[in-house]
Amino acid sequence: MTEVLFYGFAALAVGGALGMVLNVRNTVAGAMSLVLTMVSLGAIYVLLEAYLLGVLQVLVYAGAIVVLFLFVVMLLNLREDDLGASRQPILKAVGAGAGVLALGLVGLSLHGTFGPAAILPEGFGSYREVGLALFTDYLLAFESTSLLLLGAMVGSVILAKRSLD
Amino acid sequence: MLETVLKLLFIVLVIMGAFLPLITWVERKQAAIMQDRIGANRADLFGIRALGLLHPAADVLKLLSKEDVVPAGANRVLHLLAPVLALVPAIITLAVIPFGGTYVFGATTLDLVVADIDWGMLYVFAVGSIATYGAVIAGWASNNNWALLGSMRASSQMISYEVTMGLSLVGLFMVFGTLRLPEMAAAQDTTFRMLGFVEHFGWVESLPVWLGWVRLPAWGLFLQPLGFLLFLTCIMAENKRPPFDAPEGESEIIAGYHIEYSGMRFGLFYTAEFLEVPVIGALVATLFLGGWSIPYLSQEAIIGGVSSVFGLGFATGLCLILHVSMFFLKVIFLIWFQMLLRWTLPRFRYDQVMDLCWKMILPLSIANVFVTAFVILFLEDLG
Repeated sequence: MTEVLFYGFAALAVGGALGMVLNVRNTVAGAMSLVLTMVSLGAIYVLLEAYLLGVLQVLVYAGAIVVLFLFVVMLLNLREDDLGASRQPILKAVGAGAGVLALGLVGLSLHGTFGPAAILPEGFGSYREVGLALFTDYLLAFESTSLLLLGAMVGSVILAKRSLD
Repeated sequence: MLETVLKLLFIVLVIMGAFLPLITWVERKQAAIMQDRIGANRADLFGIRALGLLHPAADVLKLLSKEDVVPAGANRVLHLLAPVLALVPAIITLAVIPFGGTYVFGATTLDLVVADIDWGMLYVFAVGSIATYGAVIAGWASNNNWALLGSMRASSQMISYEVTMGLSLVGLFMVFGTLRLPEMAAAQDTTFRMLGFVEHFGWVESLPVWLGWVRLPAWGLFLQPLGFLLFLTCIMAENKRPPFDAPEGESEIIAGYHIEYSGMRFGLFYTAEFLEVPVIGALVATLFLGGWSIPYLSQEAIIGGVSSVFGLGFATGLCLILHVSMFFLKVIFLIWFQMLLRWTLPRFRYDQVMDLCWKMILPLSIANVFVTAFVILFLEDLG
């Protein structure tokens, strides 16, 4: 049952990713394919018993971030010629090269790391365990991330204000 | 497996089979009563009008028989997908809502919830966040400027209120110490002393003695009154019904994101909106009105009282029926309450909707988190 679900959601995730890359003319359809990938990844996390990660994947990425993408795409109202200019052959070649390189690196780092399935500790992936880890062992990293986000937010408000004035 | 399917059938049949058709009739009749009119009473079958109860059936027949139009410039696939994206989240939210407690019949234990998951409330938020796409995609795929304006309003409103909806519940999570909905409902099946803490202060003697012993049901409403108000506001804004219906404000943008939909495809948006009314009722009842619990009459009290006369099996069965009826009674009350608000308050202007969210509800819900934390620390200190 778990394997059937895993292959189903994995196929959906890959299909969604392909849909996003291949939908060059229609950015909104591309963004919706991205949503499909995000939701399928969330389902795969749940199958791996990382419940909090899975539900946050849907809540934050699929539910909020891609909606903001859509918001921007709709406001910009891109036309064909806006999209066409940057699509030169040399950029495509560089992109393809980078993709192959990344895939190779992932393959190399994964090579030989597959052992027997790990035994999960009690409460693995629950919001309690993640919350405890986040607010005790990793408190400094957590707080500095929030400072970083605050800085980005203040910066974007200042930039937007300047162009308004 | 069979048990899960039966529970699923029960909740879906009650909410979608009984509540959903009646709710359009209730809304019209309630509006009519509130505005001193007669209301829907024209649809008849062989001269029988049945108080206008035939109107829902007439509506569905009309919507089904209308032409299904997809505009020429529209993106066909996304245009057809949008109503489904709007409707599905409302249905699947029902999976985690408990419509009764836990009952032990001899060797078998019956949990009256379809999916008892540890992160139940997070599931509700995640599903709710997917509902945004229905409105957003509908407006964009229609290739109509009014529809696009409507979906812009809908997406910004829904994203903003999702943030505050989550924050307004943090206090409640701290009080109950769980995100599991059946556990939250069960925690409310008791009472607490409203002013139980005052005896720790010197000035308690100046108050009448009986005041210290007044007991209230341990409902979320009494433990988190501010949280209740904020959450109810946010979840009603999420549903985009009046007074939060700026995304479909007829006087400004005609009908908003579903202007280019006709027939049953429009009907699906309509259904999603109406279906969310009982779903919101069930959610608010579970979180704040004690779910299936009967005030001042806990499960042990019912079973203990009845089983001494009629036996344990009968007592448990009776308790189950009472609890399920109580739950749907609370849902009906909350549906009435939502309709009351809908016909009382005028539509907010778009900037007022956003100001309410970010300048009023957000600071208040953060303050609620801190006040709740201090009170919990204080009470733990007292022991």
